[in-house]
Amino acid sequence: MAETASKAGEVLLKFEDVSVSYGAIQAIRNVSFEVKRGEIVTLIGANGAGKTTSLRAVSGLVRCQSGRVTYRGEVISNLPPHLIVRKRICQAPEGRGIFLNLSVEENLDLGAWAAPDPKSYDDDLAHIFDLFPRLKERRKQNAGTLSGGEQQMLAIGRALMGHPDLLLLDEPSLGLAPQIIEKIFEIVQMINRDGKTVLLVEQNALQALQIAHQGVVLETGHVTLSGPARQLLASDEVRKAYLGE
Amino acid sequence: MIEFFQHVVNGISVGSTYALIALGYTMVFGILQLINFAHGEVFMLGAFIGMYSSRYFGFGEHPSLWALLAILALAMVGCAIMGFLIERLAYRPLRRSPRINVLITAVGVSLFLQFSGQLLFGSDPKFFPQVFQPSGDWTLGGVRFNPLQVIVFCISIVLMAILQTIIFRTRLGRAMRAVSFNHDLASLMGIPTNAVISYTFMLGSALAGAAGVLVGLIYPKIEPLMGTMPGLKAFVAAVLGGIGNVTGAVVGALTLGLAEAFVVAYYAPTFRDALAFIILILILLFKPTGLFGTRRTEKV
Repeated sequence: MAETASKAGEVLLKFEDVSVSYGAIQAIRNVSFEVKRGEIVTLIGANGAGKTTSLRAVSGLVRCQSGRVTYRGEVISNLPPHLIVRKRICQAPEGRGIFLNLSVEENLDLGAWAAPDPKSYDDDLAHIFDLFPRLKERRKQNAGTLSGGEQQMLAIGRALMGHPDLLLLDEPSLGLAPQIIEKIFEIVQMINRDGKTVLLVEQNALQALQIAHQGVVLETGHVTLSGPARQLLASDEVRKAYLGE
Repeated sequence: MIEFFQHVVNGISVGSTYALIALGYTMVFGILQLINFAHGEVFMLGAFIGMYSSRYFGFGEHPSLWALLAILALAMVGCAIMGFLIERLAYRPLRRSPRINVLITAVGVSLFLQFSGQLLFGSDPKFFPQVFQPSGDWTLGGVRFNPLQVIVFCISIVLMAILQTIIFRTRLGRAMRAVSFNHDLASLMGIPTNAVISYTFMLGSALAGAAGVLVGLIYPKIEPLMGTMPGLKAFVAAVLGGIGNVTGAVVGALTLGLAEAFVVAYYAPTFRDALAFIILILILLFKPTGLFGTRRTEKV
């Protein structure tokens, strides 16, 4: 993709001093980081550190109390979620977040709701089925009957149906067996090599940092460390806090 | 035996009008977890729109099937607009409020429409013009059919089939099912959830409007408070079928219609209106999820 190459290094997503509260509880405060085109950036941190809230601030599910989120230089923090999706920011939400009352294929259809070109639908579907052959076998099945790993694949596949430039993944490894996690992370890398920028939220810090270019460490709602993933992997703080050393 | 089938015919015909109203209850509940108590009043407005428009066009003097279909269409469009306005003005501003606030608002909208109706249309019953008057009765194997009952049933079935197609075969229907599963998740797909909610109200209200015209056809005395009892009964039908479930609403409504017909025929006609509430109490005691309902898993 020539276009992608020429724009490599461009800042796609930028958090500038973003704070979000749920009622009286401040979930994140003054969070700043950026995601460059073509990278995998991972947000790591413990439960309740504000990782999911940060993603919700990108997709418009929560309002920023202060600060702003920009995408390609445009402020998106006051837009409703369905308009943010049209900017080709697609999310595989936490806890898989698939429509358990719909079939596998209907889920994928919905992923293509905001796709820029409806004509590419069949090709896109074929591409997703190549990536996840299990989904093809189960296309007519109710999504609620899938295993955890298959549900996660469906959530990622559905997000890809929207032709994202920026893919948001919220804890794709949650509750999955180690081999499946490995598979999912391989696929995330593959998707990234295909030219998609990925913002990956993970509790599984070690594996996330191993595939990411950049890492951002969140602790009780604010950024404590950030930098190239390799550096973070080597840093004492990260090793102590998240890798159990 | 012939008498028995006669009651079945009556029950199904009344039940199908309950079904048209119950569908609106169940769809709105499915998507907003709201019991829209103003829904019975939309049904009433459908009857009045039907009456005024057939007077305006003089359909009472020139009855025909086309006249019926024309006022049906007008009532449906009029009620769809009402449904849109009710949601937009009364419920949407409360989207993030506790559910009890919305419920009380629904009761308020219901009363508002009842008494605005009395103010506008007057409180005495009005005569609904006979826009379609097939001559004589039809008989089949000794069972007598009032042709109007047959027409009402057929129109209801067609409308329900159209609704079923919209819900399960179209993009809008898929969006409605997605929003009813989870609003946030649907919006992450790029679905404009507020628009989908508006469409849901419009569809449900159009069906209630159609029911208003059909009921006006069978019981040609209409008045501004006429929506209360059918509204409550359709609500019971929706609960009986499992509220939120479209098939359930139809089955619940037909069951209720039949049960009423049998109670009137074999027990006591005065008992008719009590029956719905006995069913409601029994359902809530023994099977709160209704015949087709599923327990919703709590969202985190």
